[in-house]
Amino acid sequence: MGPARFLSETGGSLFVTGGLPISAIISLQQINYSFAQGDKAPIITDLSLDVRAGEFVSIIGVSGSGKSTLFKLIAGLLEPQSGEIRLNGNPAPKRLGKVAYMPQKDLLLPWRTVLDNCLLPLELARGKRRGDKASIRDKLERFGLGGYADAYPDELSGGMKQRAAFLRTLASGQDLLLLDEPFGALDAMTKRGMQRWLLALWGELNKTVLFITHDLEEAILLSDRIYIMPGNPTQALQEWKVTLPRPRYYEMNYEPELIMLRQDLEQQLHAQTTF
Amino acid sequence: MRKPPFKKWLNNYGLFVLLLMLILVAWEGIVRFGWVPAFIIPAPTSAATALIKDSHLLLGRHLLATLREVALGFLLSTAVGVALAIAMHSSRTLEKALYPFIVISQTIPLITLSPIFIMWFGYTIWSKVAVVFLTAFFPIIVSTYDGLRKSDKEYSELLLTMGASSWDIFCKIKIPMALPSFFSGLKLSIVYCVVGATIGEWLGGNEGLGYYTRRMSSNLKTDSMFASVMVLSLLGMLLFAAIVLLEKILLTRRGRTK
Repeated sequence: MGPARFLSETGGSLFVTGGLPISAIISLQQINYSFAQGDKAPIITDLSLDVRAGEFVSIIGVSGSGKSTLFKLIAGLLEPQSGEIRLNGNPAPKRLGKVAYMPQKDLLLPWRTVLDNCLLPLELARGKRRGDKASIRDKLERFGLGGYADAYPDELSGGMKQRAAFLRTLASGQDLLLLDEPFGALDAMTKRGMQRWLLALWGELNKTVLFITHDLEEAILLSDRIYIMPGNPTQALQEWKVTLPRPRYYEMNYEPELIMLRQDLEQQLHAQTTF
Repeated sequence: MRKPPFKKWLNNYGLFVLLLMLILVAWEGIVRFGWVPAFIIPAPTSAATALIKDSHLLLGRHLLATLREVALGFLLSTAVGVALAIAMHSSRTLEKALYPFIVISQTIPLITLSPIFIMWFGYTIWSKVAVVFLTAFFPIIVSTYDGLRKSDKEYSELLLTMGASSWDIFCKIKIPMALPSFFSGLKLSIVYCVVGATIGEWLGGNEGLGYYTRRMSSNLKTDSMFASVMVLSLLGMLLFAAIVLLEKILLTRRGRTK
């Protein structure tokens, strides 16, 4: 029997399993993963995390701590050796096509126009969601790509490519978005512009986001919660709540509250990593 | 500022044309002054005269026969080459079993196989098509197979997360990514087709430019022989250009042509 399901007005869902109310859109319980069976150095050990519908949760950690592997596990590209991954409260052995995933590189297909790239998820859904084509055109306009619908990816700037890739991720129509360092490859100025843009957009998106980043300021400014991946997989994942009010705006970066938070987060990170 | 088309053409091919003219003039001179006898090398003008004189026979009959063999052999090579490349790409077992045979097929000198083909297929068009096929399918199968393998794992993974099937990934990622390599194979193949057809006709045939060249050479009619060789070379160039054009139409994206 599946759990009873109540849809809230914001589009997020509330779930009841065994009398316990949980509203986790994704829930990982004691996940273990290593690249080869019986490998001596596991990538992920006993990792548990929950993300509630509508939340923006960042994952930070040093390079090689398994952040991208974690995303591939959630997306369904990899299967954990043990542990359980639940989507909307249900065990989800088949997750491919149910979670939107935006990899680090834009991966726009160079032989397709921007519009055709954004329509790719709809094509793969095989016309089940035909009405969305017009809305993609609308969104291109609102993403500042209006004049570039028929342009090819190599005619776009780095920031525009990332926005197109983000729109493609949204076009999948999934509620949970996994964004793997979407601004990582951009220069500092463009990155700031993109953060500003995403903050302005966030209020109306009604999506749940898991976000990998190396940028502490970015993590604090955008997230409701932050998970710190330990450099050593035997240590536990740490959760850190961002106490800033919403709606957020970019200028919060200069406020003492955020600077204090950043200092605190940095200390947490340093306590974990030994150089 | 864009250069006018003629200037651009001159810039690209001017040196080639100039050198060609120089060679032709020197060649003509050497023969005219009697330094080399005409049955060893005919003057370019006498080859051209022979071409015009026999144009009805050369172009109307023999060129058409060669073209037929080239067309059939090329279509067969492309169809079989692509099918085998896809089969080998989708099954490691097939790849391991077939690849050595494909390489072996290229190590056997064609000249020795041609008489065998004539025994099998007689003096029909198929004995020539078999030679064409054997020369022309190899570049297609290798380039298509390599092109399919080149496709990026990251793209496939991205499409998988969108719920794509392996057929979707094949159509939307692997084929478009393999196309440039496939066209490189086609370009090599079409030139080999002309060579293959000529060898096939040379060793056993009653029409075609290869047959004509051989007959003229045994009659010591070097001018007609050169005329036929010129037509063969032109044929190869035109077919090559046709593939290049097709590649441009299919692969050039609007963003690149500006």
